[in-house]
Amino acid sequence: MTRIGKLFETLKAEKRCGMIAYLTAGDPTPDATPELVAALERGGADLIELGVPFSDPVADGPVIQLAGDRAIRAGTNMAKVLEIAAKIRETSQIPLLLFTYLNPALRYGFERLAKDARAAGIDGCLLTDVSVEEADNYVSVMREAGIDTVFMAAPTSTDHRLKLVAEYSSGFVYLVSRAGITGEQASVSDTALPLIERMRALTDLPLAMGFGISTAPQVAAIAEFSDAVVVGSAIVRQIGKDPAGVEALEAMMRELTDPLQKAAIS
Amino acid sequence: MISQPDAGGHFGKYGGRYVPEILMSPLEELQNTYLEAKEDPAFHAELDMLLTTYAGRPTPLYYARRLSEQLGGPKIYIKREDLLHTGAHKINNCLGQALLARRMGKKRIIAETGAGQHGVATATVCALFGFDCTVYMGEEDMRRQRLNVFRMRLLGAKVVPVMSGSRTLKDAISEAMRDWVTNVSTTHYLLGSALGAHPYPMMVRDFHRVIGLEAREQILKVEGRLPDTVIACVGGGSNAIGIFHPFLEDAGVKLVGVEAGGRGPTLGDHAARFAGGSPGVLQGTYSYLLQDNDGQISLTHSVSAGLDYASVGPEHAMLHDLGRAEYCGCTDGMAIVAATTLSRTEGIIPALESAHAVAEAIRRAPLESKDKIFIVNLSGRGDKDIDIYRENLKEMDQA
Repeated sequence: MTRIGKLFETLKAEKRCGMIAYLTAGDPTPDATPELVAALERGGADLIELGVPFSDPVADGPVIQLAGDRAIRAGTNMAKVLEIAAKIRETSQIPLLLFTYLNPALRYGFERLAKDARAAGIDGCLLTDVSVEEADNYVSVMREAGIDTVFMAAPTSTDHRLKLVAEYSSGFVYLVSRAGITGEQASVSDTALPLIERMRALTDLPLAMGFGISTAPQVAAIAEFSDAVVVGSAIVRQIGKDPAGVEALEAMMRELTDPLQKAAIS
Repeated sequence: MISQPDAGGHFGKYGGRYVPEILMSPLEELQNTYLEAKEDPAFHAELDMLLTTYAGRPTPLYYARRLSEQLGGPKIYIKREDLLHTGAHKINNCLGQALLARRMGKKRIIAETGAGQHGVATATVCALFGFDCTVYMGEEDMRRQRLNVFRMRLLGAKVVPVMSGSRTLKDAISEAMRDWVTNVSTTHYLLGSALGAHPYPMMVRDFHRVIGLEAREQILKVEGRLPDTVIACVGGGSNAIGIFHPFLEDAGVKLVGVEAGGRGPTLGDHAARFAGGSPGVLQGTYSYLLQDNDGQISLTHSVSAGLDYASVGPEHAMLHDLGRAEYCGCTDGMAIVAATTLSRTEGIIPALESAHAVAEAIRRAPLESKDKIFIVNLSGRGDKDIDIYRENLKEMDQA
């Protein structure tokens, strides 16, 4: 079992909803990322998604697109992100999920990626634009190396597709709360909860929900039903606004995880 | 070869469906709607009626006598897609997809456009069907194809400038995909080339096969035999696959695709995916791609906005690997000279994209004998490029 599997066992035992934090690795520079990750961990993050920047991120809104541009300009590539992961592992056991698009992974080579990611202390991988139909080789290579493969399910997915997504996923399933790209939203979409219920009926895997979640009340609303909540664009926006503000980032993460701690106590 | 792609949209190892999960169900819906329509005689009857009475099919296959004689080689025939309504082949696919959108009950259409020809054709069918229309276009392309931006607006479409990346076709596709992901229940994405996730490459090809079917019948009628060579420009590759496909089983017919050679062979200066690229995944499909060592998509350049794209339709990738079609490049300068030559020998001003195919015919003709026959697909007319031609008038006058 990877650190991801162990995390969800712990969360279950503690009856707590987990906080998954996304950041674009290498934004503003590769050197800055380990400290930003440490701040997120101190602020209460349970799992880190390390975004590997891609030049043409079709599933991302402007905040993450711009972060990716900055990271690429700062020389970030797959090898650099694995170096960053190894650096984080020197001081932390927080589960790490590589989060990117297919082409950078394809170019690096699945076999080489599985081996190097494992060596760097990566626990899982999510490739946004790999449908389960195209995933056989990728999944078998990653699983062989002991890396979890996380897939996304969406409100538009039929039950048949939800089953496939669960079948191809290990560690957890990533539920997309609403139709759309990444980015902050005013309220939790009304498609979010029905998707959790549908997926829950089909799998025992832990469920994490993301897309459009950026405030403590939204986190609290999702946490009632989900095993983990993903916050991405809000974190990336904060880093973009104040790249050196490690303490501000930690404070922001703490504010967002606050409802989760309270829920566990009550 | 005719039965390509497989059920998953694969042309050999190319193609497929590489998109975020949120788009998988809409793509399945589109595929099912298309496959159903394909078996429905009423669908074909309506499409044929529109192609004939609205778009102006069949288009002529014109023997370019003066050009042929001047070059001293094969007889060059020109398939006049430039004579279609809206000025390019793009309308074939737009009419087909508009009928599918209506079948799916979707009243909002989005599209990307490079040169603006697909945008104009989309805006046109939206006006015809009463659909709401939004076209994404790179800011750089809006600058160099101003006339088409105005035409789209006149037709009632909203043209949204795309400022990301190279501000060209690739970025317009990304932005259209983001819109589609967000508005998927009400919106049909009318993709304009034989690109993207399955079923688009198959479906767009099928809607353009009419070009090759007509050309094949026309040449058999006038010459009593098949051509030796068919030449077409390849951006995404829709006009090329449309004219190539009905000739695939005719082993004696050479198929030649012409990519944008741009300013030269340095990465970033051209859009010659087969000469300078390698397989990878961009915007839903696995195909040849201009990319760097990290898998980041490279910037491209072509004087012709419609060929200025980092990837190429997956069926072309398969035909390339099989050796069934050959792909070559033509520089910006050669295309501009070819446009001048065609204008002054035949009285036909070609689109810059199509001028790439004309340039290859001009290059090859003197090397081949007079008893050979070429067909060049003239995919669009040159009105939209008048500003660029004017800027290059000095070079053109020296041609």
